[in-house]
Amino acid sequence: MTRARTSLLPYLLLAPSLLFLAALFLVPLLQTIGLSLTENGELSPANYQRMVGDLNFVPSLRNTFVLVLVVVPAQVVFALAMATMLQKLRLGRDIVLWIWTIPLGVSDLAAGLVWLAILQDRGYLNSALMALGVIDGPTPWLTYETPVALFFSVVAAEVWRATAIVLVILVAGLQLIPREYAEAAEVFGARPWTIFRRITLPLLRPSLQTALILRTVLAFEVFAVVYAIGGRNFPVLVGEAFVWQTDNQNTGVAAAYAMLVVVISLASTVFYLRALRTPPEQQP
Amino acid sequence: MNALRRIVYATGIIAICAWVLVPIYFIALGAFGGRGGVFAWPKTGLPDRVLLGAMQRFLEIEGVWEAALNSVIAAGLCMLLSIALGAPAGYALARFRFRGANLYRLLILMTRAFPLAILALPLTVSFIRIGLYDTPYGVALIHTALALPFAALITSSLFVGIPRELEEAAWIFGCTRWQAFLKVVLPLALPGIAATAIFAFVISWNEVFAASILTVRERTLTAYLLKILSESPLHYRFAGGLLLIVPSVVFIFAVRKYLFAMWGIANR
Repeated sequence: MTRARTSLLPYLLLAPSLLFLAALFLVPLLQTIGLSLTENGELSPANYQRMVGDLNFVPSLRNTFVLVLVVVPAQVVFALAMATMLQKLRLGRDIVLWIWTIPLGVSDLAAGLVWLAILQDRGYLNSALMALGVIDGPTPWLTYETPVALFFSVVAAEVWRATAIVLVILVAGLQLIPREYAEAAEVFGARPWTIFRRITLPLLRPSLQTALILRTVLAFEVFAVVYAIGGRNFPVLVGEAFVWQTDNQNTGVAAAYAMLVVVISLASTVFYLRALRTPPEQQP
Repeated sequence: MNALRRIVYATGIIAICAWVLVPIYFIALGAFGGRGGVFAWPKTGLPDRVLLGAMQRFLEIEGVWEAALNSVIAAGLCMLLSIALGAPAGYALARFRFRGANLYRLLILMTRAFPLAILALPLTVSFIRIGLYDTPYGVALIHTALALPFAALITSSLFVGIPRELEEAAWIFGCTRWQAFLKVVLPLALPGIAATAIFAFVISWNEVFAASILTVRERTLTAYLLKILSESPLHYRFAGGLLLIVPSVVFIFAVRKYLFAMWGIANR
C-alpha cells in the first residue's frame, strides 16, 4: 500500500459520517433558522413576534426554566449520593447497579405514563393518602387548577427517569480517580466529608461537566413526560413547538420555538464549559 | 453505632431500589388490570386483578401492532446505519494520526449541545419531496443523527482498547489491512459493537418528538401513544407504556457490562 493511499484512508473512513451529519444536522439547522426568519419567502420577524405574543409563550418559558432549575440540580445531588453509596457497597453491587440504571432505558413518554398510573385520581398515591386519612376520596392533582401538584408530579417523573444517566456518568468518572488520593488524605486524618469535598468533587469535575451539559440540554427538550401526565395543562417550550407544527400547521412559529430552545441549549453548554473548566495544571 | 450506620445504609440502598422498581410494578398492574383495575378504589397495590385479556385487547386495537412494527423497523435501521457510519469513523480516530482528527472529535461533541430531535421540523418538507415522509425509514434517518455521534465515540474507544500489535502481526503474515481488520480486530471488538448497536436501538425506540412530526399514518409506537394520549382510556395508555418499557429494560440489561466503559470514555 502506498503512503498516499494510507494517508487518505482516515478521511475516507470519516467521510460517510460527516456527510450524513451535514445532511441531517447542519442542513436542518440552517433550514430551521431560515424557516423561523421568513414569512411567505420574505425576511420577517413575524414568526418571533407571533411566538412572543402567544398566550402560552410566557407560561411555557417560565415552566421550562423552573423545571430545569429544580430537576437538574436534584438529579446531580441524588446521583452523587447514589454513586457514593455504591462505592462502599461490597455485596450485590452489580445487581443494585443494574436496578438503579433501569430508568436509563425508559422513554420520557413511558415515564410520564408510569407516574400517571400513580398520580391519577384513583391512583396509588391517593389510595395511600386515603389510608393515612389525609383525603376522603379520589382527588385530582393533575389539572389546570392544581399547578403546584402538577409541577411536582412532572419533577418526580423526571427525577425518577433521568437520574440514571447522571449516575452512570458519575460512576464512570469515579472509577478513573485513583484510590491513593483518598487513602493519603485518610492517613492525614481527613474525615469522609472533607475527602469528598476536597478530593473527590474537584477530580470529578470533567464528569460533572459532561453530565450537566447532557442533562440540561435534554431537560430543556422536556415534552412527552409533561403531556403524558398533564396533557396541555402545563405548557413547555417544545410542547408549544409541537402544537404549532401539528395542530396549527404553522412551521414558522414552531421553528421560532425550536431556535429559542437551540439558543438556550447552546448558552447553557457554554456556561458549563466556562464554569466547570479544568485548569491546565490539573489536566491529566 | 457502627451497626446502626450499616442498617441506615442498607435501608437507603433498598429504598432507592424500591423507588425505581415500584412505579414499574404499578404501571404493570394498570396494564393488566383492565378497566376495572384502573377504576378500583381504594387500590390495594396487590396483583389481585391481573387479567392477561386486558393486555391482549390492547394489542388487538387497530394500529398498535403496526406501530410497534414501525418502531422496530426504524430502530433496527437506525442501529445498522449508526454502526455502518460510526464504526469506520471510530476506527479512523483510534488508529490514525491525521490532521483534523481533533476537529472531527470537537464536531461530534458539539452535536450534544443541540436539541437534535427538534431540528426535524424542516425535514417534514424535504421528506415529503423525496418520499420519506410518513415512513419508518425517514424516522430512522433522524434517529441515526441522534445515535451516530455516540456510536463514533464509543467504537473509537473500543478500537483503542485492542492492541495495535495484533493487527501489525497479521500484516506481517501477509494480510491486507482489510483482512487484518476482519479476522483480528473485528472479532475482538464485536461484543462492544453489539452493545453500541443496542444502545442506538434504544435511543430510536424511545424518541418521541421527531417520530411524531414525521409520521401521520405509519406512526411509530411512541408517536402512536402520544397521539392517543388524550382520547384513549387509562388502561390502554398504561398497556402502551409497559409495551414501551419492557424491550428497552431487557436491552439495557444485555449491555450493562459496557454501560460504564462506554460513558467513562465518552466523557473525554
